[in-house]
Amino acid sequence: MVNFEYANPTTVKEALSLLTAGAEILAGGTDLLSLIKDDVHQPKRLVNIKGIKTLGGISKIGNNFRIGPTVTLDELASNPLIRGAFPALVQASLGITSPQIRNMGTVGGDLCQRPRCWYFRTGNGLLAKGLVENGENKYHAIFGTGAAHFVSASSLGPALMALGATLKIASPDGKTKDVPVAQFFKAPSAEGEREIALAANEIVTDILIPTPPTKNATYEVRHRQAVDWPLATASVSLRMSGTKVTAASITMGHVGPTPIRAIEAEKMLIGQTITPDSAEKAGAAAVLGAKPLSQNAYKMQLAKVAVKRALLTAAGVKTV
Amino acid sequence: MAEYKWPPMEQRKLMGKRIARLDGPMKSSGRAKYPSDMNQPGLLFAVLLTSPHAHAKVKSIDVAPAKAIKGVTAVRVISGPGTEIQWAGTEVAAVSAVTEEIARDAAKAIVVEYEVLTHLVKEDNLAKVGPRAKAAGEQITGDPDKAFQDSEAKISGDYGIPVITHCCLEPHGSVVAWGNDKIDFWPSTQAVSTVGGDLAKLLELPATQVKVDCQYMGGGFGSKFPADRWGAEAARLSKESGGRPVKLFLDRATELTIAGVRPSHFAKIKVAGKKDGTMTGWQSESWASGGIGGGGMAPLPYVFTNIPNRRMNHTQVSLNAGPARAWRAPNHPQASFLTCSAISDFAAEIGMDPYDVFLKNLDLTLRADTYRKQLVKGAELIDWKKKFQLGSAKTGNIRRGLGIGIATWGGAGHASKCRLTIHPDGTVEVEIGSQDIGTATRTCITQVAAETLGLPMSAVKVKLGNNSYPPSGPSGGSTTIGGVSSSTRKAAVNALEKLLEKVAPGMGVPPDQLEANDSRIVAKGNPNKAMSWKQACQKMGPTAISEMGENEPRSAAREGLNTQGASGIQMAEVEVDMETGVVRIVEVVAVQDCGLVVNPRTAESQVAGALIMSVCSALMEERIMDQTTGRVLNADMEFYKLAGLPDVGKLTVHMDITKEHDSRGIIGLGEPCAIGGVAAIANAAANALGVRVPMVPLTPERVLAALANRRNA
Repeated sequence: MVNFEYANPTTVKEALSLLTAGAEILAGGTDLLSLIKDDVHQPKRLVNIKGIKTLGGISKIGNNFRIGPTVTLDELASNPLIRGAFPALVQASLGITSPQIRNMGTVGGDLCQRPRCWYFRTGNGLLAKGLVENGENKYHAIFGTGAAHFVSASSLGPALMALGATLKIASPDGKTKDVPVAQFFKAPSAEGEREIALAANEIVTDILIPTPPTKNATYEVRHRQAVDWPLATASVSLRMSGTKVTAASITMGHVGPTPIRAIEAEKMLIGQTITPDSAEKAGAAAVLGAKPLSQNAYKMQLAKVAVKRALLTAAGVKTV
Repeated sequence: MAEYKWPPMEQRKLMGKRIARLDGPMKSSGRAKYPSDMNQPGLLFAVLLTSPHAHAKVKSIDVAPAKAIKGVTAVRVISGPGTEIQWAGTEVAAVSAVTEEIARDAAKAIVVEYEVLTHLVKEDNLAKVGPRAKAAGEQITGDPDKAFQDSEAKISGDYGIPVITHCCLEPHGSVVAWGNDKIDFWPSTQAVSTVGGDLAKLLELPATQVKVDCQYMGGGFGSKFPADRWGAEAARLSKESGGRPVKLFLDRATELTIAGVRPSHFAKIKVAGKKDGTMTGWQSESWASGGIGGGGMAPLPYVFTNIPNRRMNHTQVSLNAGPARAWRAPNHPQASFLTCSAISDFAAEIGMDPYDVFLKNLDLTLRADTYRKQLVKGAELIDWKKKFQLGSAKTGNIRRGLGIGIATWGGAGHASKCRLTIHPDGTVEVEIGSQDIGTATRTCITQVAAETLGLPMSAVKVKLGNNSYPPSGPSGGSTTIGGVSSSTRKAAVNALEKLLEKVAPGMGVPPDQLEANDSRIVAKGNPNKAMSWKQACQKMGPTAISEMGENEPRSAAREGLNTQGASGIQMAEVEVDMETGVVRIVEVVAVQDCGLVVNPRTAESQVAGALIMSVCSALMEERIMDQTTGRVLNADMEFYKLAGLPDVGKLTVHMDITKEHDSRGIIGLGEPCAIGGVAAIANAAANALGVRVPMVPLTPERVLAALANRRNA
């Protein structure tokens, strides 16, 4: 293991000044420490951001809910504001059925964690060229035609994307920028490119969710009931007028290198009532563009069911 | 001649009672020290460098860069130039250093050049294994062709169960210190009395020089008998480091890659029979692999061995993958899964309840009466007759189903010697070179000794886990409880006899008219003529009484303290989500006999553990190999999936404790209860789905594929 420095800043400014070449941000550590142990990452310095008070907390500010990036998954799932407005986030957090990980893991860390692709984690690179296509790809992406076949590991990303959330990012030059979650996740086309729109010297400082109330939900299909990565998830956010949908946002997780938005399914729900039948059709539409690999066509069915059941859950209809 | 036989069931005060395991608080509070917890002063850490290639020849190896790292104390080459590596993960070199991190860095610094050779790591498709297949010959009984021709009904099915690993929670390894004239060896082992000799042999030393100690160990399941190459290398590293203790435990990835697997088993099976459920013919074409040496060969047909007309063909496949080791009932879980699946499919084909088909064919087994009673009991516990519905009749997105698995095992006691000492102050100690591998052996030995001496549990101190004690066999084959209980019983009877000889004259009663009871020595039939245990022991003078007891397998059955022949049935109820293919356990029921049950509470716990392993194997456990790289892709606890608590469902254990079974003496339990669960769960899923999922584990993709195949059929 390569030795590294450990820094413990108390302000964002100080943290940014410490994020020089080879430095990495440490929050919950549930992913980073295993990446270091497996030699996938070899940071020269770890910058612990848990001591920065301004990066924590959940509040309502103006037209937005603000979630600090160092809020733990457990804090998120048990927060009354979040529980009241965003069941989609609560359900996504609780899908991580490990109290240990929920207690340590952070919201920002969930968004920034690296993919779990077993070729990547054993030192074959994020794209693992040739290995995934010809190898064991049952957990890999069914969406995306590029070089990236891994699936984004984030549990909260699809939900935040469906909720229209924005990330505020601070850069070392003192500037901040707003990046919609939908643009935060990227599918790299070459080895060495990152899968998130966060430079190594930047910090996510705020997660902002717009307030207009929606009916929202997340449904996750998982092999094990105990802690396990999802096989497919769907998060939905619906604006309603009476029983009719006026706007729908549907995002699928763990089926592509980024969360995948189901635009066709969203469109066909406008003006509809959510019923088992309309939800089923939306699910089918959501996976129309999928291009499965040799072993993972079954994930189309799972994504379809996840969309259907997320819609029914959001609308308060029995799912099975 | 001393009388060793067990006291009658109704007179036992400790044996047969539900006594909590004595070391439970030690283990649950973290005070129990496992070999991997041994941290002596001056401890060094050792790390293996393993081969990244599944098949290769070592061309050269340069350890100089490792030796140059500060803190490294020794470096050893294990697979030198010219060595042909047959699986990824093979040990190539080992390094010891003052910290684990330095040892890891040093192992990485070693430069190895390989000539990479072609490999094969997958055997699920027999057509693709080419010359790696080796036929084991055909066995024919009766006239299978005619039986199939004349049959009223027949089925043909494909079934498969993949390689799984032992996945021991405490990985394989040891702490070892090789001083001037002896080796202190703290291995995580199932074989305290033999592993020292094994290490001595590897190191070409007299066996007398190896001192073994293992008080607790974190799981072996059949994979922790030998000292292993890494144990020997750790000892050599210690010697080359001036005798400092060296800790070498495999990391999780290496543990899952090279420390043992259960062979796979695949088969195309045909069953012929009558419409009333009677089976008349069996044909199986099976193949298996457990690594480079081929694989196990499941005994087919399992339990229903007397199907009159049978044809069996088996093929072994050699793979460049980590080698097989005994896995809790070698070959039996696979055989039970294959056989019970085919029988259940035969039942579904003729529209019968598989419970009735199993009952109908019990005369084809060797213990029809026992199985009949057990099936009836299991059905009662799971409410089979009320719940069962043919798969074809089920509707809805969430469906439940029921299934059966069956088991048979030997379980006779192994060779075991025990020394029991009664001290003049009344304290009692038992010394035995056995081990408690998590099965409550310590507790059971205490029960036997205390029962025999008429003392409470707290009066007996059991010492095991050390090879300075009288030798006792390895814990494999479900042989421990029979062996250690018998040797302990004999040692206790022998010691008590000596004590009674000492006190008899003073009491004015012949020794054979005295007995030990309630911490007293009492004249038989005259409870007033008695003295306390303590008083009695004071009569022995200054020298302790120390007597041996021995279980000798060849004469054990005749003596009757332990015998063999355990039977069990398991039933499962599962719930399947027809849209996602996710299978969940509702309940698993086990009905198990193992003769005289020393401790029903810890026995039930052992069965519950076996059921959890069955849930893992049926629903999620599978070694996944990558043909391109030749490596295990899921050598971790993330994608090598084991059940967590929410996955286990309700476990119901019924120990078949009856006078009839009790009279057979003690029979081992560890393995028989780990056999039938996979079959029961797979069959329950087939019943729920209305279609067979050919291969376990029952992952969503396999379940959905089976449903899609039925729709397309």
